[in-house]
Amino acid sequence: MDASQQTDSKKSSPRRRGATAEEMSEKQREISVSEFFAKNRHLLGFDNPRKALMTAVKEAVDNALDACEEACIMPHIYIELLQRSETRFKVTIRDNGPGIVRKQIENIFGRLLYGSKFHRLKMSRGQQGIGISAAGMYGLMTTGQPVLIISKTSKKKPSVEVLLKMDTSKNRADVVSETEHPEDDGLFPDGHGTQVSIELEGRYQQGRQSVDEYLDQTAIANPHAHFTYVNPSNETIEFKRGTNELPPEATEILPHPKGIELGTLIQMIERTERTQIGGFLQEEFSRVSPSVSKDICERAGITGRTWVKQIGHKEAEAIYKAIQEARIMSPSTDCLVPIGTKALLSGLLKEVKAEFFTACTRPADVYRGNPFLIEVGLAFGGELPKDELIRVIRFANRVPLLYQQAACASFKAVLETSWKNYGISQSRGSLPDGPVVVMVHMASVWVPFTSESKEAIADYDEIRKEMKLALQEVGRKLGIYLRRRQRMRNEGERRSIFERYIGEIAQATASITGTSAKKIYESLLRVAKRKTEEADAVLNDEGKRVRDSDPFGKDDSVVILPGRVAIAQADSDDDSSDDSDEGSKKSASGTAKTLFGDDDAPSKKPRTRKKA
Amino acid sequence: MAKKSKSPDSSTPASSPPAKVNRSVSNQATREKTLGKILELGKSVSKSALAETDPFVDVPSRTMSNTSYNEVRRLLQMGDATLRRNLFNTGQARKFMQMVLLSKGCKDLLEAQKTLSLRGMYYMSLHTIAGTKEKTFDDQEESDGILEDIEVAIATLRENLHLFAKKRGTMVGNITVVDNGDSIDCRRMGTGGYAIPSICEPSVVQFGKCDAKFVLHVEKDTVWSRFNEDRFWEKHNCILTEGSGQPPRGVRRLLYRLNKELGLPVYCLLDCDPWGHYIYSVIKQGSINLAFESERMAIPDAKYLGIRSGDFVRCELSDDVKISLNDRDIERAKQIAEYPWFIKKKHWQKEIQLMLRNGFKMEVESLITKDISYVTETYVPERLKAKDWID
Ligand SMILES: Nc1ncnc2c1ncn2[C@@H]1O[C@H](COP(=O)(O)OP(=O)(O)OP(=O)(O)O)[C@@H](O)[C@H]1O
Ligand SMILES: [Mg+2]
Repeated sequence: MDASQQTDSKKSSPRRRGATAEEMSEKQREISVSEFFAKNRHLLGFDNPRKALMTAVKEAVDNALDACEEACIMPHIYIELLQRSETRFKVTIRDNGPGIVRKQIENIFGRLLYGSKFHRLKMSRGQQGIGISAAGMYGLMTTGQPVLIISKTSKKKPSVEVLLKMDTSKNRADVVSETEHPEDDGLFPDGHGTQVSIELEGRYQQGRQSVDEYLDQTAIANPHAHFTYVNPSNETIEFKRGTNELPPEATEILPHPKGIELGTLIQMIERTERTQIGGFLQEEFSRVSPSVSKDICERAGITGRTWVKQIGHKEAEAIYKAIQEARIMSPSTDCLVPIGTKALLSGLLKEVKAEFFTACTRPADVYRGNPFLIEVGLAFGGELPKDELIRVIRFANRVPLLYQQAACASFKAVLETSWKNYGISQSRGSLPDGPVVVMVHMASVWVPFTSESKEAIADYDEIRKEMKLALQEVGRKLGIYLRRRQRMRNEGERRSIFERYIGEIAQATASITGTSAKKIYESLLRVAKRKTEEADAVLNDEGKRVRDSDPFGKDDSVVILPGRVAIAQADSDDDSSDDSDEGSKKSASGTAKTLFGDDDAPSKKPRTRKKA
Repeated sequence: MAKKSKSPDSSTPASSPPAKVNRSVSNQATREKTLGKILELGKSVSKSALAETDPFVDVPSRTMSNTSYNEVRRLLQMGDATLRRNLFNTGQARKFMQMVLLSKGCKDLLEAQKTLSLRGMYYMSLHTIAGTKEKTFDDQEESDGILEDIEVAIATLRENLHLFAKKRGTMVGNITVVDNGDSIDCRRMGTGGYAIPSICEPSVVQFGKCDAKFVLHVEKDTVWSRFNEDRFWEKHNCILTEGSGQPPRGVRRLLYRLNKELGLPVYCLLDCDPWGHYIYSVIKQGSINLAFESERMAIPDAKYLGIRSGDFVRCELSDDVKISLNDRDIERAKQIAEYPWFIKKKHWQKEIQLMLRNGFKMEVESLITKDISYVTETYVPERLKAKDWID
């Protein structure tokens, strides 16, 4: 610095001088992605120890579920949190998936942006190729411990155990050690699977946004999976399956022209092996028939025979514009695998202690050329807390989203739905309140997250609109149910009121007249039964769906557990509304009493002493 | 008080004090009649129960709309309107149960030949309903209301059900009464006075020697004490009573009997406000709430001595005694003016209008600002002498 000041003394008061381009060029070099994310770990969901613990578990479990489903295996996943100290944990996740071939282990667990899911359009939990290596990297950075991977790809082969240490500057991993396990290590009874163990700095605390909540919600959205969870207190919690059907495999699709941005289009043109533009359009995109291709080319002022090599930036832009103008069929949507109302209900049923459940799967739609579909589940009443805001649980491709609720399209959709129409109170601009859990699921070949940590779904109009339609559908069913429940409750209350007093009346009457109390009681009971027959018919068969005059008929998207309704009813006995001519607890004396008080009541002479 | 009687049927004539001590709470005939009515109610319930129909009790309605003023007899009378109370009606079931329960309580009480306070009856029938957390009554008020319903439903009186309210009201004066067999000389009651019992039926209270020429009834005991200390009843040869505000049934019944049986005129000294006017109205015509009892309590000839709106000027009272009328007072005053037994009375219309014009009310105690004994030595004697009262 001193030297530069001396040489450059012409300028008036140059106390400092900037670096030259040459000097700067010495410092300019490639930043490895891993270095970048090591510094910006919050982008990947490792902002604080508690969240980091949850994120690590989530990345590994999501991968395990993806791998199992792709290999058509019913997932059984083992999750263990071993607490080493207050802030240090060893996280182990083991699956019964297909395993990972030896030579890919370094890449998968040691490199960021390495994966099988990024370059394809297929519905899966992972999509970026960052998840598990980021977790391993975070562990290494906070504890210095390498990641331990054990993988077995078939019954015949031994499992291999690899200790990996990531080198962030190179976005590569070094193998610390490598051993073969004996046949009978007992880790993979199915003969295949993967186990990852990561030591990391974390904090364990139950409640919202915890590992436990992530697993609870994952179990709801994945009723076909079995989870065995050993928590830091060494307690084992089993999340059993709600269904034994594996969801159908999602198919891969080509990108839709309308979903492509100019930059991506240029990149695709540079990389394609096609020689002519017509072939390029037809082969690398979905829904581009020869006639659509012709239409696009004409609009862009070229022909289908134009050589790909001749397409420069100007032509690419013209093609891009033409695509926007052309009429192109929406992408096929059979690539999407919804959870389905049945599985949604079974997931909610086993994890949420409510009395009323309904679910709805919307037909697929398209945003930016990407097919997607929205599903909504709703649980009401039972043991759900009454005086709190409703709970919204969000999922993208079956993965629970625990953070950034307010930034998520689904949250906005819930806010914008008029819950009052369905019998749930809501103050302006806030979540409704009541004993409700709403679950919103977006399934798509590409979920538009607001950041790499995959926490909130970006707010596209098409997506929000679909979410609202789905919410309205479940809302309407809830409304029907609530109105019906109120009616049943009135009937039921009527009956219980009568039954409550009949005993007293029978005894007192018997004591006045000498008639048998038992006889009076039984007769009155018969009258009570007769008077409330309707309520009887509905309430008697507990645990089963309401049959008589059931507004939902054979609607498979609704499940009612009257057993849980009864619990809710007992609590709110007092706030029942009176439907009689003598509503209040006053006696027949009526108005006179309120005006002047009872003759015999202690005389209170209401007075205010004020001088005139 | 509730001693068992050896000869429950012997009731003594009102005029002569009994030689033998009689401590019966009611006479046998009345008791049996009341028991019969309760049995009837019970039978109607058990009959409809066994017939598997909806049991009910008809309760005469005790509302203003079912109360009418009998101009000839000059008292309030209950109309024929009844409310049917059914068991199988969610809003009425609980009340129905309470009615049966209290009927049974009264029956037990009558059979035991004992009396009980309203509070006592409430406790006697209070318990948690089997298999629930619900109590048979939430509070005494609930039970009191039902007991009134029973009274009217079986057309009897609370006294006949052996029930009494909390004692309120005091008496001194030139009279001897026999209360449950004990002879009480009301001329020798010291500063406290004779506490008027809740049940003043002839079976319990009889009149002995009486020299008094009239009854002066004052609103509350502070004023009463003033009169007693000044020996007003001695000087003016009268009976002095007080009802702690709205006089309870015992006091009203006693006033009625003093008026009816001994022919003593009753003069009232009450506050100049809607409440005082209403007290007078109840003494004179009966209450809306208990119109069924007017016949044995209302004193159509009772007079209103004061104090009156004009007294502020007439007695030259200071501004300090004024208490502004509030909205409720004004509303009440207008209501009272509309009462059929006031509406045709010019004096009363003038009195109420003047009070409303004044915009303030006054208590009897305001006369103390003139002189401690102004009310006993000047105000009342002058009014009585001049027959200056409103009717
Ligand atoms: N348990 C596993 N069994 C089999 N294959 C696995 C397993 N875990 C990861 N993989 C493979 O490793 C790849 C990289 O995983 P990683 O979690 O880093 O990225 P991703 O799942 O593709 O995307 P994302 O960053 O969104 O999670 C996956 O694409 C998958 O092919
Ligand atoms: Mg992943």
